[in-house]
Amino acid sequence: MTTTVAKAEEGTASPYALSHLDSLESEAVHIFREVAGEFENPVILFSGGKDSIVMLHLALKAFAPAPVPFSLLHVDTGHNFPEVLEYRDRVVAAHGLRLHVASVQDYIDRGALRERPDGTRNPLQTLPLTEKIQSEKFDAVFGGGRRDEEKARAKERVFSLRDEFSQWDPRRQRPELWNLYNGRHAPGEHVRVFPLSNWTELDVWQYIAREGIELPQIYFAHDREVFRRGGMWLTAGEWGGPKDGETVEKRLVRYRTVGDMSCTGAVDSDALTLDDVIAEIAASRLTERGATRADDKMSEAAMEDRKREGYF
Amino acid sequence: MSTITSEELSATTLLRFATAGSVDDGKSTLVGRLLHDSKSILSDQLEAVERVSASRGQEAPDLALLTDGLRAEREQGITIDVAYRYFATPRRRFILADTPGHVQYTRNMVTGASTAELTVILVDARNGVVEQTRRHAAIAALLRVPHVVLAVNKMDLVEYRETVFAEIAEEFTAYASELGVPEVTAIPISALAGDNVVDPSANMDWYGGPTFLEHLETVPVSHDLAHCHARLPVQYVIRPQTAEHPDYRGYAGQIAAGTFHVGEAVTVLPSGRTSTISGIDLLGEPVDAAWTTQSVTVLLRDDIDISRGDLIVPTKDAPPTTQDVEATVCHVADQPLTVGHRVLIKHGTRTVKAIVKDIPSRLTLDDLSLHPHPGQLIANDIGRVKIRTSEPLPVDSYADSRRTGSFILIDPADGTTLTAGMVGESFASPEPVKDESDDDGWDF
Repeated sequence: MTTTVAKAEEGTASPYALSHLDSLESEAVHIFREVAGEFENPVILFSGGKDSIVMLHLALKAFAPAPVPFSLLHVDTGHNFPEVLEYRDRVVAAHGLRLHVASVQDYIDRGALRERPDGTRNPLQTLPLTEKIQSEKFDAVFGGGRRDEEKARAKERVFSLRDEFSQWDPRRQRPELWNLYNGRHAPGEHVRVFPLSNWTELDVWQYIAREGIELPQIYFAHDREVFRRGGMWLTAGEWGGPKDGETVEKRLVRYRTVGDMSCTGAVDSDALTLDDVIAEIAASRLTERGATRADDKMSEAAMEDRKREGYF
Repeated sequence: MSTITSEELSATTLLRFATAGSVDDGKSTLVGRLLHDSKSILSDQLEAVERVSASRGQEAPDLALLTDGLRAEREQGITIDVAYRYFATPRRRFILADTPGHVQYTRNMVTGASTAELTVILVDARNGVVEQTRRHAAIAALLRVPHVVLAVNKMDLVEYRETVFAEIAEEFTAYASELGVPEVTAIPISALAGDNVVDPSANMDWYGGPTFLEHLETVPVSHDLAHCHARLPVQYVIRPQTAEHPDYRGYAGQIAAGTFHVGEAVTVLPSGRTSTISGIDLLGEPVDAAWTTQSVTVLLRDDIDISRGDLIVPTKDAPPTTQDVEATVCHVADQPLTVGHRVLIKHGTRTVKAIVKDIPSRLTLDDLSLHPHPGQLIANDIGRVKIRTSEPLPVDSYADSRRTGSFILIDPADGTTLTAGMVGESFASPEPVKDESDDDGWDF
């Protein structure tokens, strides 16, 4: 039984009030079921990061005891953490799911994408993602984006219509009223769906703790060979670091987000357990993206610009 | 925050609230102050704001930059859309629908208020209740937001005088109760100076009520289920057809209102078929009862035909079904809504064809007067609409249920969300309604 009833608060509490995690869970499940009811071919973007892991957990609960009626899609940058790929494949096998992979490396190898001078592959994900959506004819694409992550995301709808080029137009968004989501779209268009829109980073971690969800180990403190670039600790590796003048050192770190190795920074941390992580985040004075994402620092509107192009 | 355990944090409740903004009422400052004083602005966000403010030659950090997230908004210094913000205190989590005060305010405020349990209406203490204030109160009343806060801002500019506050509070409360707003809490504040926002003000010792944040933390999240009609819109039928669950057939949905119990006699609308609840699964766990807004799966004793779009209700408390819906609507699209318009109506989980039969009136929010037969509604108009649906819908009055009394109209050609609708009477009766059981059958 996972429902928790709010503690009495001087004459204001009702035995029927849901805890904030129960409210968020119920809302997310409602969103998953709306998509299952209204779309032909939905897919869940699954990176092996904590947000997509929580999405999958919610989808499993939403349709229990039946299997999840969606397949998964991973955009593999070619610079993924091996621990995360291993986790991804294990989860897919455990739940009998179907996994699609869109590979940035394939695009580079055949000359359809060119490596950037700064080595980051994050912006390169957009083309493989959008082409995969078109070729597989996905009409609803679940993303783990949260509105608390970034100010452009704060404006994103739960159901976000994308045109045939997967573009987001913030000026042409549909007002979203009550919980009446509008998923109508023309052939070739699709809808990005964000069930975790109203969750914060802390909510995600508390939910992971409450539900006992397993995560890739890189989310917890461990010794790692890292080097400093752009104010972040990046993992040394064949992907392109360190360069001349950058020195590798072994540090006790963990990851707050999991993405491409070339732009996802580790944070100094001794948090070994979920409780440690929650305490660390509750006390942190940096946002998740501010602490760990190089690509969002490129310009003030970096996220908005990438979203307009079709990024998640 | 660091002294709170994870368990205590997750047991807190969630309050969704909306701000009603006018241009110079200090809304951005209040939101900024709230986020700042509740320590919800993190240092990298503040640094980004400081950096941009400095590069524009501004002396102090412009807190509006925290909330204006889009390129066009920053370029033009305006807010073009509703944004959602998140913050927490040890007592509660908050989702703030931050609605812009500039263009297109009606549809934005309707959007923000549709999911809010509390609306904040700001007034400038120097100006008192103005046209815009009355407009905000009317929208809060139309949307039946359970709690309204009147924040009388800029008290520092009126020497923190009690009489100024008392007069504004009295005028507003009288107006709001005329509209049927059930509860108004008036709080004198200065968002700029921080008086009564998070900390009690030393400048207004005559004020004995809660600070703004304290009120947000303690206002009851409305779950008075005793008088609610139980409603479960069926979203999806779960049929595993696996060796382990060969006969499982569950009706999944989020309870829109009320409580359901195992053993209860239920009716499925619009077909009218009846059965008994044989089990309720709360996301995989069997429970004896479930209530709004839990997402559940209901199992029935009889194998009857039920699909997405149906509504499960207690047999003893079923709403009538109708093909003629009369409602107050707010038009949210740029293309107008006209008589004869063929549309789709999404009500609960059901979407059916419909036609706009009549637009009897348009409401002038400034003085609440009715403009008869306007012929069409354009963006941000509020009006009465009569709709004929292609199939019967089990609609409640919005006054009884915000979930099953609301709908949206959709343009079938391009999928645009046209209109937000609320079934039944527009404004609540200002007088306490007497027991109407003796009046059954009367038709005024």
